[in-house]
Amino acid sequence: MIDVAVVAFAQRQEAAISGESEVEFMVPLMEQAKAAAGLTQADMGFTCSGSSDFLAGQAFSFVMTIDGTGPVPPISESHVEQDGAWALYEAWVKIQCGGIDTAFVYGYGKSSPGSLRDVLATQMDPYYVCPLWPDSYAVEALAARLMLEGGHVSEARLAEIAARSRASAASNPHAVRADPKSVAEILAEDYAIDPLRPSDLPAEADGGCAVVLAAGDRARELCERPAWIRGMDHRSDAHTLGVRDLTSSASARLAAEHAGATGDKIDLAELCGPFTTSEYLLIDALGLNEDRTAINPSGGALAAHTMMASGLIRIGEAASRIWRGDGDRAVAHATSGPCLQQNLVCVLEGD
Amino acid sequence: MSGVPAAPRDPLAAPAALAEPMTVPEALSGAEPVESVCTPIRLSYTYTPGRALSRYLRAMADKRILGERCGATGQVFVPPRGVSPLAGSATSEVVELADTGYVESFNITRVPIERRPDLKPPYCSAWIVLDGASVGFLGLVINIAPEEVRIGMRVRAVWKPDEELETSAANILGWAPTGEPDEVITDYARIGRVEASDA
Repeated sequence: MIDVAVVAFAQRQEAAISGESEVEFMVPLMEQAKAAAGLTQADMGFTCSGSSDFLAGQAFSFVMTIDGTGPVPPISESHVEQDGAWALYEAWVKIQCGGIDTAFVYGYGKSSPGSLRDVLATQMDPYYVCPLWPDSYAVEALAARLMLEGGHVSEARLAEIAARSRASAASNPHAVRADPKSVAEILAEDYAIDPLRPSDLPAEADGGCAVVLAAGDRARELCERPAWIRGMDHRSDAHTLGVRDLTSSASARLAAEHAGATGDKIDLAELCGPFTTSEYLLIDALGLNEDRTAINPSGGALAAHTMMASGLIRIGEAASRIWRGDGDRAVAHATSGPCLQQNLVCVLEGD
Repeated sequence: MSGVPAAPRDPLAAPAALAEPMTVPEALSGAEPVESVCTPIRLSYTYTPGRALSRYLRAMADKRILGERCGATGQVFVPPRGVSPLAGSATSEVVELADTGYVESFNITRVPIERRPDLKPPYCSAWIVLDGASVGFLGLVINIAPEEVRIGMRVRAVWKPDEELETSAANILGWAPTGEPDEVITDYARIGRVEASDA
């Protein structure tokens, strides 16, 4: 296994970026991440991105963003129609294949031009489910009801998760929802989609992020304290919601096991739980102990959820804390699909 | 085991699992089988083209064509996207271009295309390089028989009447010959060569 580290990261998230195209707002982030690593595009052994045509509302939307990398001379490039965390996985595998020691990864999404809740209905089964247009909040609320009525979690526990996210987000300049609220205040909110309250739902955002990966000695040259990827795995549950146990996340548990996200010492975890219910399931699936591990010090996906970048941002947030010495061992998680269908877990360590 | 070789499989035959009709309840025995379903999907977006294209489209309403210059290479791109695809950086300057230029390449379409009844074959699509621009962009060559169009031919934009102008690239109906002497093109790999020297 080749040691690969996250050595640079830049992000932007806002409730809506209406005046700029995707490539216009990604170029400064790409430049910022490359500059932080002291690299140019010509230095990158591989470039991989994650985005979605369904958000952009146009086919092959990602090709215009490639202009932002400056693909001259021509670059080795790939794209995933998934969160940028999966693009990072592809880049990590590419480095493991040998021959390159750097990679550039980015993910972005601008969901504000459409209705994200409706757009996400198109990821459901196209014959039986999508024609009913179940919006993504309503689908999660079905899972939430099972969890609450089955005694897996209480509304108060979900409100605690929401309150913690809001409190942590207060110190995150990229958070969209960062106004503190107490558990009592959250429990006093009217339901948005019963049994979910507004604070249980993700703060939808537009934005993106860019990450630089480097291997071995190259990483040590580029970064004072590289955030080494010690393990990474992604797993998928069945697509059909009806065949899944929505009160737990088998794929997150398995991905965590295979990534090596075990043991007592995990200083912090950045989990991509768009809903309080999903964050609760992830804490359980990863076996995290909140007394020992700081959960979502950035506020997590609840505080700002940029489709196609939210998971990669979790990796960047975790890596940034290792660079700063806020922790030595971190877990970062990304998700895709309805009700945590697919999960990626990444373990990061400082030297 | 018999020694008789199996009959060759008919590649068009239904898979074995589908060869027999599925058992259905008595009440449905006479039902007509559903052979297709139509599940319409419609999503609506309020699309914003971004800073550079918004400026470009607004200028179009005034019959002006805006390009943008790359600070690193000096090249002018049109239509602008706010980024230099050769340098991978934001463009640094908005440049107003003339509505004149020359044909860099062209083709003649002799078959009709669906949903464009306004395009009567044969018609000529061309790659037009505007005066002051570093790259060409697509347009129709009009007011001339297609077989008389040639590389290097000078053209000028034919705009919609003023009262019909909108914030749209469709304001340019096409490109008509100016009658000026043809552009002498010596370097057909113009853009590629600039890239190579900068790289």
